[in-house]
Amino acid sequence: MNLPVEEPKLNPHVPTEFSDEKESVKITGFWMFLVTDVLIFASLFSSYAVFKNQVAQGPTANQLFTLGPVILETVLLLTSSFTIGLAIYAMRKQNKAALMTWLILTLLLGAGFVTAEVHDFVTFVSAGATWHKSAFLSGFYILVGTHGAHVTFGIIWALTILIQVARRGLTAVTTRKLFTFSLYWHFLDIVWIFIFTFVYLNGKIV
Amino acid sequence: MPSFVLYLVRTLFPHDVLRPTELGADVMIVATGVIIVYVLTKQKKWLYLWREWLTTVDHKKIGIMYLIAALAMLFRGGVDALMLRTNLALPNTPVIDALEYNQVFTTHGTIMIFFMAMPFIFALFNVAVPLMIGARDVAFPRLNAMSFWLFAFGALLLNIAFVIGGSPDAGWTAYPPYTGLAFNSGPGENYFFLSLLIAGIGTTMTGINFLVTVLRMRAPGMTLMKMPMFIWSALTTSALIIFAFPPLTVAMAMSLFDRLFGSSFFTLAHGGLAMMYVNLFWLFGHPEVYIVVLPVFGIFSEVVATFSQKALFGYTVMVISIVSIMVLAYGTWVHHFFTMGAGPGVNAFFGLSTMLIAIPTGVKIFNWIFTMWGGRIQMTVAMLYQMAFIPTFVIGGATGILLATVPADYQLHNTYFLIAHFHNVLIGGTLFGLLSGMYYWWPKMFGHKLNERQGKWAFWLFFWGFWITFGPQYLLGLKGMTRRIYTYPAGFGWHTLNVISTVGAFVMGAAFVVLVYSVVYSLQHGEKDLTGDPWNGRTLEWAIPSPAPEYNFARIPVVHERDAWWDMKQKGQTLASMRPEDMRTLELPRNTPIPFLLGFAFFVVGFGMTFEWWYIVALGALGVVATLIYSGFDYDEHKHIAATEVLEIEAGLGRVQG
Repeated sequence: MNLPVEEPKLNPHVPTEFSDEKESVKITGFWMFLVTDVLIFASLFSSYAVFKNQVAQGPTANQLFTLGPVILETVLLLTSSFTIGLAIYAMRKQNKAALMTWLILTLLLGAGFVTAEVHDFVTFVSAGATWHKSAFLSGFYILVGTHGAHVTFGIIWALTILIQVARRGLTAVTTRKLFTFSLYWHFLDIVWIFIFTFVYLNGKIV
Repeated sequence: MPSFVLYLVRTLFPHDVLRPTELGADVMIVATGVIIVYVLTKQKKWLYLWREWLTTVDHKKIGIMYLIAALAMLFRGGVDALMLRTNLALPNTPVIDALEYNQVFTTHGTIMIFFMAMPFIFALFNVAVPLMIGARDVAFPRLNAMSFWLFAFGALLLNIAFVIGGSPDAGWTAYPPYTGLAFNSGPGENYFFLSLLIAGIGTTMTGINFLVTVLRMRAPGMTLMKMPMFIWSALTTSALIIFAFPPLTVAMAMSLFDRLFGSSFFTLAHGGLAMMYVNLFWLFGHPEVYIVVLPVFGIFSEVVATFSQKALFGYTVMVISIVSIMVLAYGTWVHHFFTMGAGPGVNAFFGLSTMLIAIPTGVKIFNWIFTMWGGRIQMTVAMLYQMAFIPTFVIGGATGILLATVPADYQLHNTYFLIAHFHNVLIGGTLFGLLSGMYYWWPKMFGHKLNERQGKWAFWLFFWGFWITFGPQYLLGLKGMTRRIYTYPAGFGWHTLNVISTVGAFVMGAAFVVLVYSVVYSLQHGEKDLTGDPWNGRTLEWAIPSPAPEYNFARIPVVHERDAWWDMKQKGQTLASMRPEDMRTLELPRNTPIPFLLGFAFFVVGFGMTFEWWYIVALGALGVVATLIYSGFDYDEHKHIAATEVLEIEAGLGRVQG
């Protein structure tokens, strides 16, 4: 008796990352993870809003921030959001070389962003603005720092995906991983736009 | 070197873990450990333990592990409760001192909520949800195992606190400045925050997992409005977890940073705002109340329909009400601190939003009663808990409405009236529901029923024990007895009521002993469930054998009606009469040690951080990163069960024709 195999649920009419049911479920799961991350940042933003005027003996937002480095960071991160878009476009075209080039460029831009941010933080701290000084500074460092830690984690994560893509090519699994990474990266970009607006710009205006 | 050893001994065993109670516990822990190691070695079960349990990704086994952990934690939390009640039995005769009392009520609350109620719920989710929706497993089996091990190692971290280093003592709510370094040096609060952070990551992942499982893994034909009510409760609970745990994570992390890294979030100096913690905590804490009660609403909806042998009354309205409770749950958190003076406008809003929840809850209560109306009710233990739940929960809800009335709350806040209220809903609601669910699904987990006669003994002891304990506490609250006092002077008129309350607590303790005896007894003598459908059930989990085979369903069923299995039985259909040519080779998740190792690595991080031993933290963090990267490169996630093997198993169960 020759018994058959249960058919895997495959759909050739959608992009590769959605084609295998098992992998596409993981994309749904990743969206839900992003919801929890949105709420982490929502909690951090609301805490920052509450702590903002609790400057104690420390500097105010207006005294602390300089917009120059922040604008550089913004340009780097927004550009990287564009390049990850191009990477996914190349992935959909099954163009592995272009995909890897755009992804590496994205990560370099991300690394540039993290470097600029760390430099910024070191400048603040060496000027005596540690997070011990005031609730405002604590709220600032944890909000912006959590975002920076996300970007750093993203870079390491993407490097592991890059190795997998180099080894295995563009399969249902690797494309799913790339796609979820791109969602993550765009999400961090959106969070940064809020940080730029509500932390830095708002801090300079008032 | 000796000075290093001396430092270690002083740090790990300060004087407050060398009290007689703690030393007694030490002896018991070591003795139990020795016995377990001895038995495992004697019976050569180490490999079995590792292969079948520690590395499993099977939702049914993970469910059983959650259940064992929950019952163990119920014991620990229960012993804590008895210590508290013993201390308060008589005026001015404390058995334990104020510090130890603080530690005991802190661990009692923390363990009962985070390490008893939550894993008990996840136990039943794991066991029942995939079976009820006709799935082979949850959406992310490996993530599910990670959730379990993060929970388990988080629970371990909190539970070792009282014998190594010292317990947390700032209450389960852990308000600053009680938790601040200025007032609370030892490692206790570090343990608290780290264990909750680690377990919290696991819980968040469980929420994601079950939400996606319900949304994406249902059998063909099972539309949202054909799902069993328990599945609706799993869906809404998962959504609540996803929305509630992030604020908790942030609040715990900030508190921990204040202690370990010198930040100033909730400190009294440097402009810190303790009220921000309270808001973040209850932004989690109120949805948490519904996280532990909505699953119970789901369990009771299944139990009442099964044992009334009638379809659930008003299914659509039940769905609407459970979803409205989910939404309203986010709009009530300030009612936990009316007295902190947010002003009449804010307090009025949150008082009203709280009362509003009574409407959908009331709808559900009536629908359960109407389900019983005209049904052929079978008085099983599961059904008894359901019937006890209704009046108990209604009274608990009514006293909740009293507390939601702001002026009354100013009087009742932080008194035993509050204690009685939330135990009324948490025991009368959550615990009764979970025990009901345990009795209901036990045959599906283990292949035999729990002894009904002993179960009824345990039930009546729980029921009366509960009322004897907490009935008097309402009166004590009205007489002005405040919570979290370790003793009280004579002459306040609290004496008699406290004695009665303590007696009740020991009655509940007796109930637990009977329950455990009954579980052990039933392992040997329990009535075997040979049909897979011992209760004449209505939903798909009863369509397959007990205990369910590894792959759950040899063929995924097609659903046509609500109460799919009942519908099949009415039409004379079954899932059992398959032909050999129906069998397929099935793809299942493969066991992996990654979740266990990840949990252990997190434990190392947590333990190191508790004592600020950064080399150990670095080692653990390295373990976490290494495990995650290894997991990313592991493409060997699935295994196959050959069709011939499925045929053999199904034939062995008598489910194959010809």
